[in-house]
Amino acid sequence: MAVLANSASGGRAEKPITSREPNPFTAALRDAAFTGLVSFGLFLPLIGFETVTNIRDELILTTRWPLLAAFVVIAACGRFVYSFALTPWLVQRAQKPVRPAAAWRIHFKRWFVPFAIGFVIVYPAIVILAVGWTGALRWIDNFGIQILIYMMLGWGLNIVVGLAGLLDLGYVAFYAVGAYSYALLAKNFGLSFWMLLPLAGILSSFWGILLGFPVLRLRGDYLAIVTLAFGEIIRLIIINWTALTNGYAGIIGIPRPTFFGIPFNADDNGFAARFGLEFSPLYRVIFLYYVILALGLLTCFVTVRLRRLPVGRAWEALREDQIACRSLGINTTNTKLTAFAMGAMFAGFAGSFFAAREAFISPESFTFIESATVLSIVVLGGMGSQIGVAIAAIAMIGGTEILRQLNFLKEIFGPTFDPTQYRMLLFGLAMVLIMIWRPRGLIATREPSVFLKTRKSISVDLVQEGHG
Amino acid sequence: MAGDGSSVLRVEHLTMRFGGLVAIDNLSFEVKSGAITALIGPNGAGKTTVFNCITGFYKPTEGRIALRRGAPAVWSALEGLTDSGKRGLVRPEGALFLLERMPDYLVAQQGRVARTFQNIRLFSGMTVLENLLVAQHNPLMLASGYTLFGVLGFPSYASAERAALDKARAWLDRFGLIERADDPAGELPYGAQRRLEVARAMCTDPALLCLDEPAAGLNPRESAELNDILLRIREDCKISILLIEHDMSVVMNISDHIVVLDYGVKIADGAPDEVRNDAKVIAAYLGVADEEVAQVEASVGL
Repeated sequence: MAVLANSASGGRAEKPITSREPNPFTAALRDAAFTGLVSFGLFLPLIGFETVTNIRDELILTTRWPLLAAFVVIAACGRFVYSFALTPWLVQRAQKPVRPAAAWRIHFKRWFVPFAIGFVIVYPAIVILAVGWTGALRWIDNFGIQILIYMMLGWGLNIVVGLAGLLDLGYVAFYAVGAYSYALLAKNFGLSFWMLLPLAGILSSFWGILLGFPVLRLRGDYLAIVTLAFGEIIRLIIINWTALTNGYAGIIGIPRPTFFGIPFNADDNGFAARFGLEFSPLYRVIFLYYVILALGLLTCFVTVRLRRLPVGRAWEALREDQIACRSLGINTTNTKLTAFAMGAMFAGFAGSFFAAREAFISPESFTFIESATVLSIVVLGGMGSQIGVAIAAIAMIGGTEILRQLNFLKEIFGPTFDPTQYRMLLFGLAMVLIMIWRPRGLIATREPSVFLKTRKSISVDLVQEGHG
Repeated sequence: MAGDGSSVLRVEHLTMRFGGLVAIDNLSFEVKSGAITALIGPNGAGKTTVFNCITGFYKPTEGRIALRRGAPAVWSALEGLTDSGKRGLVRPEGALFLLERMPDYLVAQQGRVARTFQNIRLFSGMTVLENLLVAQHNPLMLASGYTLFGVLGFPSYASAERAALDKARAWLDRFGLIERADDPAGELPYGAQRRLEVARAMCTDPALLCLDEPAAGLNPRESAELNDILLRIREDCKISILLIEHDMSVVMNISDHIVVLDYGVKIADGAPDEVRNDAKVIAAYLGVADEEVAQVEASVGL
């Protein structure tokens, strides 16, 4: 009652987060009912109805009332818990004075990165021990390699968007250039993966510079639109230049990487036979895992290094204030082009790895949604933060993969329920939540690249987002 | 005065038109070596436009802006350079640049003209120290082998970076900012941000320092400190300073030479005492015609 009296007399400045009416329970209940009503209205067309093709090949409308009811109940219950239990707790917490960072946090900060690197190195072994040889394939391939590819792409795009502040919506174009470079050169000229990897990077960064030149004068939204168009142009060229790229059908039978010349197959001179092992497709997957891990760590290492070099500081200065950069004698044209080229180069590496891993590529793999996914990894992670990007990649790509594993949900919602169809819905929800909770990404501090006495993290509120 | 008295910057017949608006009309003046030259005038007189022309942010419609480094003898090559169509010439004894032909970053990089801005332009999300390292971008870039040696961790870059840090530390010491070196620039108080902007400009090793209202928003004590700092760096670094200022306590105390602009036209040019008593200048500042000056002065008690 003291709280109530306080709020009644204490003036109106206090934010009325929970309704301070006689009974918080009924208030929360009313709140939940209202939320249920809104979600019913929202989900009725989205989930309540479904179009299916019947046996006579007609499109008919069916209803999914139980599923709709489940969604509405979940939303209402969630709201009830939020307003009855969570909000008072949050209010209470906000009133407490901020405590200095606990000792464990400092230790955590210090040991997190070495621990994380150690973990990803032993990850295949852990998986094999945990789920055995047959189950490990899925966890290393779909989970490990997939996440690492996006992590690498995220780190590459982070140079362009996070450091240099150039909003690039067509990043997938460079990924495509890398993939097609590898696929075409390996198939037509028989060059090896290790030779083509740097070549694909060079070709991609060349395209990065090519894109960079026309967009140098553009800023902000205009830059974003032109990069988006560039991504689409590359995709359309790939689709339409059928003589070279085989169009929609894509390129099949791309040579896979070998272990220093030893192929991963069941032949007598294959990897398993040479080392006296029983043949298993897992060896190739584990090898690929370590290749992409090495590439990813290289990307991260180089980016961390570049941040401490004059070029990296110039990128960040460019994001902060271009005019000031020019007044200090920095050639902003070259600085922007190097950012585009570096970002594109890493996308090219990732692209050629992708082509080598899949052994099949088609324009379907390089749609705008890929650019959007990579960009949202960068934004969710916190622009410019390497660790943030890594966490966001795990959450976003790992989350999608986990949805595929949730088969038990079929027993609840019926056999036609496919959790992966809700991927975008969940992404959107996660994005909204993150933007409310952490508007500038998971890691909302910037680490200075150099210091005299103490390294103090800079609040992102002071850091500019960059306008191209 | 620390210099040899010859001019380091010559602005000749500078005209800048924006469509039908003539922002600067046939302006000519000189900045003497080692001197502090002030550019004053009422609001909208075109002072910042002159700065933008000198530092390459604007391309002047007409006119020549010539900058000299090294021996004054290179001035003799000015006409030849202008006719040759080149941006500048570098000789063992000195260099001459035509700033109106150079893009902004080359004015800073080759011409060694540093500037500050009327509305402070710091890299607010970077620390004070990082701001000063960005200012040393070009020499550090060279030392890092255009990034290649730097990425590979060559020791030559490490020593260059140490030298850059020492230089930054020296400037922070001089401007009383050393305690705040690891703080983000955006968190500094206003006066300190102004000082940092000057320190950052000085880290580019300029021959000519252009300050756009360095004392704007400073209290009298801070402006007095600024005066001291400017006089000291002029002595120690043998540089020339061109400044725009409204604060007359700064202008009259430290300038050797004053150029007065009004509506883009130069109305006076001379030592502080001459300018102070110039009827046209008083008229421009009081906003009256020349003939009425005596009358207005009498009424305000001058």
